[in-house]
Amino acid sequence: MTTTLPPALRPTKRGVLSRVKFLNNARSSVGVQRGMLLTGVILTALLILTAIFAPVIAPFGFSQLRDDGGLFGAQSAPNPKHLLGTTTGGYDVLSRVIWGAQTAVSVVIVAVLLSIIAGVTLGLLSGYIGGWLDRMLVVICDAIYAFPTLLLAIVMSIAISGGQSSLWGGIFAASISITVVFIPQYFRVIRAETVRIKNEAYVESALVLGASSPRIMFRHVLRNATRSLPLIFTLNSSEAILTLAGLGFLGFGIEPTSAAEWGFDLNKALADVSSGIWWTSVPPGLAIVLAVLGITLVGESLNDLADPRLRGRRAVAATAGSVAATSVDPVAAVAPDTESLITMLGANYYPEPESKQKS
Amino acid sequence: MIWSPHTPTISIGITFVSTLLIDAPSAAKKPETRPKRTRDGSGLRRYLIIRLLLIVPTIFILTTLVFMLMRVTGDPITAALGGRLTADQLQERIHAAGFDRPIIVQYFEYIGQIFTGNFGTTLSDNRPVLEVLTTYGAATLELAFYALVIAFIIGIPFGMLAAYFRDKAPDAFLRVVAILFYATPVFFAGMVLKLIFSVWLKWLPVSGRGTTTTELEMQLLKGKTGIYLIDALRIGDGAILADVLAHALLPGLALGLLTAGIFLRLVRTNVIGTLSMDYVDAARSRGVKEFRLVRVHAYRPALIPIITVIGMQIALLLGGAVLTESTFEWKGLGYQLTQYLQARDFVAVQGIVVLLAVIVAVTNFIVDVVAALIDPRVRY
Repeated sequence: MTTTLPPALRPTKRGVLSRVKFLNNARSSVGVQRGMLLTGVILTALLILTAIFAPVIAPFGFSQLRDDGGLFGAQSAPNPKHLLGTTTGGYDVLSRVIWGAQTAVSVVIVAVLLSIIAGVTLGLLSGYIGGWLDRMLVVICDAIYAFPTLLLAIVMSIAISGGQSSLWGGIFAASISITVVFIPQYFRVIRAETVRIKNEAYVESALVLGASSPRIMFRHVLRNATRSLPLIFTLNSSEAILTLAGLGFLGFGIEPTSAAEWGFDLNKALADVSSGIWWTSVPPGLAIVLAVLGITLVGESLNDLADPRLRGRRAVAATAGSVAATSVDPVAAVAPDTESLITMLGANYYPEPESKQKS
Repeated sequence: MIWSPHTPTISIGITFVSTLLIDAPSAAKKPETRPKRTRDGSGLRRYLIIRLLLIVPTIFILTTLVFMLMRVTGDPITAALGGRLTADQLQERIHAAGFDRPIIVQYFEYIGQIFTGNFGTTLSDNRPVLEVLTTYGAATLELAFYALVIAFIIGIPFGMLAAYFRDKAPDAFLRVVAILFYATPVFFAGMVLKLIFSVWLKWLPVSGRGTTTTELEMQLLKGKTGIYLIDALRIGDGAILADVLAHALLPGLALGLLTAGIFLRLVRTNVIGTLSMDYVDAARSRGVKEFRLVRVHAYRPALIPIITVIGMQIALLLGGAVLTESTFEWKGLGYQLTQYLQARDFVAVQGIVVLLAVIVAVTNFIVDVVAALIDPRVRY
């Protein structure tokens, strides 16, 4: 029998689990924050489960127009057979909403993975190597960052697929379109961290010991530069769903015969609204809202928990000292980093970054 | 600590320039590299000039990016008219438009044209892109204005409220509402609003910017601005003004709520930051009323990050306007853009996108200038 101590007094055992920042943070949440986090986790889990088990849950296929009883019929109101009615195109609404989760999750996974790989690599190289490469990349990323997300995604999807595509072609086109938008965010965070870590004593000692650049970059720098990634990661996931839906709504989605996509369905439902048909638009729309809400709640709570200034006051005592002062706001994220540009333009009152002093 | 440049500050609000200006650490080590300030305002002027110069590479990079991406798939003529014309006719038109020359030649020609204000001519209806902008830009501007008004009315007071009741029930409620606003795609919000207020309750019109009569009056008006609100005021007819506002309410609300959610969070975070400052406690101990404490003492200093980030929302607002305009058939730039997208008129798309990029870059510049004027710390 052990006596239960209040969390603040419990001895900290650094097990594997306690190294996962998310779990640490989750444990230190209280009250409202815990409620938000839990709601978010439940909604997100629901989304992922729906995506995985779509073939089992969905009553019909996403492109199914008929069954043994004949054609489904267009725009039929909700009835026992079609719980949420059918669309203008004659598909079952409920089934398409369920299958839509699969498309959304696939796009999020592909998009976030691609942008993490590209953004982290570029950020690491840029921050570590410095010099002209760094300046060029910073300027390019700033320019892209300032650009309206959706417009960039439209241009990308024209470039990739000419505007319409098959299931995987569509998923990749949408993902890559979204990726380009997100790379600057990962790039900036990783670059800033790399520039900071590069001057730490342990990197210098690794240099002295004769470690190679790639080893220092990936082993010493990267490992310590990733602490704010989970936050950006969750926030980007929700933005990816919104961008995908926006692309779909503008007709750049995936063909209805290849996959179900919520934004595309909403586009087709736009005309129905004027005639008072609600069941074609409300279900896919709500699906988007719930998916984004779930992921954003998780991201938001993570953000609060990782930021001592925003964390619940009681919880601060429990974890103070172990948490970095990192704040990620999905909207405020990443103001333009014009430092290098200014140096480039010859305004020399910003001294060179300390990188040059090392050699 | 919070402002240390070593912190991976990606949301402190103020742009990176200003962070650097406030406490570039090595600037302190090498004071001789600092320019001597001859008199007040020279720092500001210098800042403004540098900031102005920064616009050029931004626009240049975006233009290059968009141009190259749009040409990856091939020439615009085949994209727009392929299948409708024979191969010979296509070839003839491609040659006439100069799309068969090396891409690099076309690129430099395009850049040159942009500098002279020529953004190309649309393929589908053969109009200069700049004319498309002047015709439809006013409508988008008007929509963005309504959205901003709604966002300010909702976002700022409720953000302060949430900050004041931090971690209590009103805060929790407001935050969830803010996230809901953010999580709802504008077009879905628009569709729901339409369904409720236009179709079921029949209170408001379904789409467009005015009834046929209003549109006609607007066309006849001499020296029209294209901004219906101003034009309606000038006509001075109450019925027309009411009609214009009735048509504007739902689109403005759809786009405004999205932005309001963002403003609310932003104001909340920043006011929480300033509310915990010592001087707020000092003011409270002097007996300053709680309302004034939030409204003046905490909100004022939080304004600069708020203004900067609000400025960055222009990009979001423009993206949202594209979707809102298509939802409500609001005939602005975004609506026109989707029309061109459907017609696969990529010359027009490229022109409009580049133009919007210019608008975003210029707006960001203006926002930074405003921030610099408000806060002397920003400008050195």
